[in-house]
Amino acid sequence: MIKNNKASTMYLLIVFILLYAPIAYLIYYSFNAGGTMNQFTGFTWEHYQSLASDTRLITIALDTLRVALLSALAATIIGTLGAIGIYYAKLRRTQTILLSLNNILLVSPDVIIGASFLLLFTLVGFRLGFYSVLLSHIAFSIPIVVLMVLPRLEEMNTNMLTAARDLGASQLQVLKEIILPSITPGILAGFFMAFTYSIDDFAVTFFVTGNGFATLSVEIYSRARQGVSLEINALSTLLFLVAMGIVVGYYFIQKQQRQRKKTAQIDPTNHEKAVTP
Amino acid sequence: MLKQRKALSVPYYLWIALFVIAPVFLLLYQSFQNIDGSFSLANIQTYFTSTVYLTMTLQSFLYAFVITVVALLISYPAAYFLTRAKNKQLWLLVLILPTWINILLKTYAFIGILSQTGAVNQFFEFIGLGTQPLLFTRLGFIIVATYIEIPFMLLPIFNAIDEIDDSMVFASRDLGANEWDTFRSVIFPMSMSGVRSGVQAVFIPSLSLFMLTRLIAGNRVVTLGTAIEQHFLVTQNWGMGSTMGIVLIIIMFVVMFLTGKRRKGGQRG
Repeated sequence: MIKNNKASTMYLLIVFILLYAPIAYLIYYSFNAGGTMNQFTGFTWEHYQSLASDTRLITIALDTLRVALLSALAATIIGTLGAIGIYYAKLRRTQTILLSLNNILLVSPDVIIGASFLLLFTLVGFRLGFYSVLLSHIAFSIPIVVLMVLPRLEEMNTNMLTAARDLGASQLQVLKEIILPSITPGILAGFFMAFTYSIDDFAVTFFVTGNGFATLSVEIYSRARQGVSLEINALSTLLFLVAMGIVVGYYFIQKQQRQRKKTAQIDPTNHEKAVTP
Repeated sequence: MLKQRKALSVPYYLWIALFVIAPVFLLLYQSFQNIDGSFSLANIQTYFTSTVYLTMTLQSFLYAFVITVVALLISYPAAYFLTRAKNKQLWLLVLILPTWINILLKTYAFIGILSQTGAVNQFFEFIGLGTQPLLFTRLGFIIVATYIEIPFMLLPIFNAIDEIDDSMVFASRDLGANEWDTFRSVIFPMSMSGVRSGVQAVFIPSLSLFMLTRLIAGNRVVTLGTAIEQHFLVTQNWGMGSTMGIVLIIIMFVVMFLTGKRRKGGQRG
């Protein structure tokens, strides 16, 4: 393999700095006693304290978490069952059509999703608020769950299914004892993706939220429109730490899974414990 | 028993009907309605005869084009060097981690950085360029949008280059090609699939980033996304908003068609 020379490593470093500079800037000024984002006058925890006593913001943060957990859960259930439906579709053509329909929301711009959901809710006379946001989040998270689960289904050993049926297992038993255990990693990944989609969404929520309900993204938007407030900086520091934690955790889980898979491939008889010290 | 299994997927099919198919038709239906709710072709007519709407669409297209090209120019070398770095998986993770941070927070950071007395202008002042207006300008919008889109361009290109078999590179070097030749006639053509998905992943969102135009560009930049948001949530002219939505969907399909998977011909003689 050809290794990088100094210049190319430099280039990578510059891209790295460019990508992180704005985030570092935000975090740095969250400790600014001066109250602006350009003159650092002294260190303070003041903005974190005001964050901790901002009950409106805390309520909104909890609401955001509630929507994310509930929508991810619902999307994971519906999406997993949908993926099983696609997997069992008899005709190749039906599968392709279902998958294309599935992917429409993944490639559509957020504004289109938001505007068309708004049309839908208005037509049915659904009141905008918590439930319209929750339904929208479920709706745009389902396709990613399907995409995470489907490859696992296709990797599944079909002999196991036939064997189970031969031994007299019912459909539900096959589902519970064979299919679900072998696609669990896909389901977990789907849940995780759905959760982060929901937390990060701004545009769709902005369209369907109405007046009474807000998520963190919507609240940050309306505060940012009013100008700089270092409380947002403090909030972004906390959110950055949370995001870091989640990603690093996910990275290690994946790494572990990859390693486990490798050992399984090398040693099909499952002597793992004897081999590894 | 088969029925049981089918019944389990019913919510999924309901979802397809209600949240995938119905919204598209609603958008179409709405675009054929004038402001008092009767059927008309007025919106489409207005759209295609008004210079305001057409220039806006064209400008939005140009912005997206510039953002995509700049993001590509920055990301391609980065992706290429990344494939040759030690610990490339860790580097990759680090470079795409910013996408996990809420887009509004990143945008908000630039309100500080690009402002009259912000970091960039302090630097300009220091090197003697004087204060330049950046916030609430078109340039500001392009800078921030490019910043946000770079990781989305980087990832598919990295994957494409990383999939290229090392032996291809060695073969080309063995046959006497120097590093540049190898890059030009082996690596670059084989990474085109990644470039295409990157362009797709960046271009379409760039047409619709309405929060960026509002926060960073003031009202200087109106993209298709901004106009749609304006028509739906501010002026309440849903018919016209839907018409522009349909235009955006059509552009999306064109872009996807142009950047989609091509049949690879002539690989095996």
